[in-house]
Parts: sequence; structure tokens; C-alpha cells
Amino acid sequence: MLAMEYRGPKRVRAVQKPMPEIQHPQDAIVKVLRACICGSDLHLYNGNIPDTRVGSTFGHEFVGEIVDIGSDVTKVKVGDRVIVPFNIACGECHFCKQEMFGNCQESNTESGAIGGIYGYSHTAGGFNGGQAEYARVPYANVGPVIIPADMDLDDAVMLTDVIPTGYQGAEMAGIQEGDTVVVFGAGPIGITAARCAWLFGAGRVIIIDKQEYRLDFARNYAYCEAYNFEEIGDPVMFIKKITDWMGADCVIDAVGAEAEGNTLQTITGRKLLLQAGSATALHWAINAVKKGGVVSIVGVYGPTDNLIPIGNAMNKGLTIRGNQTSVKRLLPRLIEHVQNGVLDPKGLITHRMPLEEVANGYRMFSNKLDNCIKTVLIPPTAN
Amino acid sequence: MKDNAINTPIDPKTIKGWGIDADPKNDPTYPMRKRMNAEEDPDSKSRPDNLQSVDEEVLKSVDRPKISAVFGTPEPPAGLSGVIRRQAYKYPENQYKRWLPLVLADRVDMLEGVVSDLSKGKLPNIWAEKGYDMEWKHNRTAFITKMATIGAVTAGLVVWLSSGKKKKKSKTKTKDYLSRF
Repeated sequence: MLAMEYRGPKRVRAVQKPMPEIQHPQDAIVKVLRACICGSDLHLYNGNIPDTRVGSTFGHEFVGEIVDIGSDVTKVKVGDRVIVPFNIACGECHFCKQEMFGNCQESNTESGAIGGIYGYSHTAGGFNGGQAEYARVPYANVGPVIIPADMDLDDAVMLTDVIPTGYQGAEMAGIQEGDTVVVFGAGPIGITAARCAWLFGAGRVIIIDKQEYRLDFARNYAYCEAYNFEEIGDPVMFIKKITDWMGADCVIDAVGAEAEGNTLQTITGRKLLLQAGSATALHWAINAVKKGGVVSIVGVYGPTDNLIPIGNAMNKGLTIRGNQTSVKRLLPRLIEHVQNGVLDPKGLITHRMPLEEVANGYRMFSNKLDNCIKTVLIPPTAN
Repeated sequence: MKDNAINTPIDPKTIKGWGIDADPKNDPTYPMRKRMNAEEDPDSKSRPDNLQSVDEEVLKSVDRPKISAVFGTPEPPAGLSGVIRRQAYKYPENQYKRWLPLVLADRVDMLEGVVSDLSKGKLPNIWAEKGYDMEWKHNRTAFITKMATIGAVTAGLVVWLSSGKKKKKSKTKTKDYLSRF
């Protein structure tokens, strides 16, 4: 089968690989119909996540058709078209029972901190991902959700990660009616978080980034204010000034390890890898939120350390929340929002490419070429 | 401040879906375990009935008690990078000794990948693997400037290093010549 293959930092290609096999009675094999390149795939692409092995296939955002199932699979059958949440979750452990499907204890041997994720390095379990014609899907009784008959595949694939993660970013921010919400990062997750902040009753939503085309997109898609941090000066001071020197009620970090805007953070976090990525956005978030406010983290960082002003967080009495998104928990509500026209997932997609051009897709998304917001890969067998 | 006019806040209540998921009880400090009623089923040690068989080497974090019920099998540790990875996994996740060797192993793995390609008679197509077609199509001027700069710096370094060797050689010759007198 054709699959994306990682060869080292900023080097990927499409190659022929062996078909995935059933390795556990609850496994299913899915023929991939759509797969996305996620902003967090760029951390792998840039070589910033430890234990990313050459030969791996990335891709944790995919939907497809079930073509084979293990002997214990009862909830889905061959021929079903399914949304595959990016988390691999057993449904039975202490955390899954609390619907913390992003924190499963039985899907990642290689780390105690993170549950299994498709195509996200051996630090996240060593599973191959869905940027391929076929993928192995463990715990098929738990994760996959059947795509409603009236749902577009492009909408469905955006429900595997982007939309739930943006939504959970807003949810974790504990937004109360009338709150001012600031989102750092106008990538697909940040734009979604800004859009979803309204669903929780926000009174004002502001997004900060440096890419003018993304800020324009956010204004139109998420109905929010959008500012370029290269033009407003210090973004923390800017937010304090426009909130009557109080700070925002809630701040969402939707950037993570690839943040720009602070030379020290960039050099130590992204170039020298002395930190688990650049923590510029998180630094700004802690300083820009009001005393007693909430910082919600959905941006992805590596497993080592980051330079953040934890003293300010303590002195300000902040609540800091973060987690991998519990996609399965959120899907019923989000499917409803899509069907009712409240959310428009496929409106985020700017590029569709054949899987064979995966290297071009990564380069385009990574370097923000051709006004790219979100790229969908289509395997040849999907047509 | 640029484009302040287009950033004029709108009335939130005119946005479709405004407030439909508002939850005054969404107090972030509220314990999740109570919200999810986990105390009704307090067994924290329950595991799936079936466990994936371990047919090849899997590195296990020492922060975990056992191998998880399912796990990924692609790309088992191999070569020098595999030796480094095995050492790294002997340390817990809160130590640099766990993570920094893994970053090193990834770089060694990359070189092993090139050697592996060459040993199979395959020359990596760096242009295609780096997606330079997209730079050529959408960002040509900056791309050419960047490549020209890298090329010039590299050429400069090569010239500088080779001239250093020549000077050293000529200095040695002069010394030999003078030593005859």
C-alpha cells in the first residue's frame, strides 16, 4: 500500500509499505478515505519530538471504511465508514472510565504520561498513522464513530482532531457569559477555539498571530477580532490596555512548541532543543490573563522542560488546564453542531492533495505557502 | 494598530450558536472524577481481556508497570540508534537521561536511513522529499535567495578551509628552504 514515510527532519516521501494486519482481537483495518496534516505533525516533521523513528508513517487525523475486523469487534462492521478519533483508548481503564479518552493507560507502552496516538512517534505508542491507504485501528469497539449518512467526508475528517481540540480548548478555559477570551495562534486549532468560544457565551474573542492571511481568515470564519503581534508591540501589554488593565478572563494557547515572537525562546526551544519547544505563547498567556483567570493549553509541547513564568502564575492565582482532547467524549455534541449548521468544519480546508504529494503538502503547511490553513490528503484508493 | 476598523467587536448574540454550550458549573477546579461519576466503578486496575502478543522488541517506559494491552510494532529499535534508545529507556521520564539520548538516536537514525537507502541502490531524492516544488512554485524569490546564500556560505567555507591548508603547506616549505642555509 502507499503510505507517507518519515526520513528525518523536514524529509518525508510516499512509498509502498506492507499492509497493516490485525494484531489484537479488538483491532480493525480501515481503508483511509481522507487524512489531514495537523499542526502538531509539524513538531514531528521538524524533528522536535523524541523517539520519532525513520520509516514511521504519520497521520492522526483520518476517516475511512472498515475492511477487516478482529474476532472481538462488535460495535462496527466491515463496510462502515467511520470517524477515527486521534486518541487510541481501551474504554476500560481508570481514565477511560472518566471519559478521559486522551489519557488511556492501555495504549502506550513507551510513556506513562501520554496515551496512544496514531502516527505520533514511539513516545505516543509507536503506531503507524493514517497518511496511508490503510491503517490499523486498535480498540475498534471504543474509538471509531460511524459517519452519519448525510455528513460530508471533509466535515468528518475535521472531527477527528481539529474541531474537538479547538472546542475542548474553549471548554477548558471555563468561559462564563460575557468573558473576554484571547486565543494565541490562528492556525486551524486556534481559529476553531475562537469560533467555539462563542458557543460558551464569550462576550469578546480576540486572536493573536503574525500571519496576516490567517488573521483575515479568522475574522471571517470565527467572527473575532484579530491582531498581528508584529504590529501591536508587546502582545501582553496590548491585551492589558484593551481590557482596562485587568487582563483577559481566559487565554487559550493554541500554538505550542513552534511559537515565534521571542528570540531566546526560539533559539533555546526550536533551534538548540534545550527546551521542549518554544514556550512563547504560553509565556504570553500566563502574563496576559487576569488574576484568578484560566489558561487553557491545547498547543503541543515535547516531554522535557519549558521556560515559563510559573511565579507569575502562582502570584496571580491562575488555573492552568491542558490535556490531549477527549475526542470520543465530544463527538456526539460536535456532530450535532455540524448537522445544525452551528459549526462548519470543512470551511477550514484550503488545500486538497493526492497522498503521493505528501512531501509538498508538509512543505506548504510548514512554511505557510499559498495561504495554507488546512491540507487534506486523499489516497489513490479513496477514489 | 492596523485595521482597527475591521476589528470592531460585534454583538455576540447575533452569532449562530452563541451561548448554547454555556455551563455556569464549568468550574475548572471541579474534580473531573466526581463529574464523571467514576466512584461508581472504583476499580482502577481493570484491563482489557486480551493482550497483544509481544512478538518483537518493544521498549517499555519504566514509569509503567506493564506493557500496554495494545502497542505499535513498526520500526523496532535497530542499529546504533537502537542501542542508544535501549539505554535511554532505562531511565524514568522525569530525567534528561531519558529524552536527550532519544533526540540523539533520532539523528543517528536519520543517517542510518540514508545509508540504508544507498545500500539498496536508492539515492534519496532530497528535492522531492523536502517538497521544494512548493517553494519553487509559491515562494521562488525567497527560496532562490536562501539557497544562494547557503551555497555562497558553503563555498566560502570550503575556500577558506582549503586556503588555510595551502598556507600551512607553503609555510612548511619555506621553513625547509631556509633550513638549508
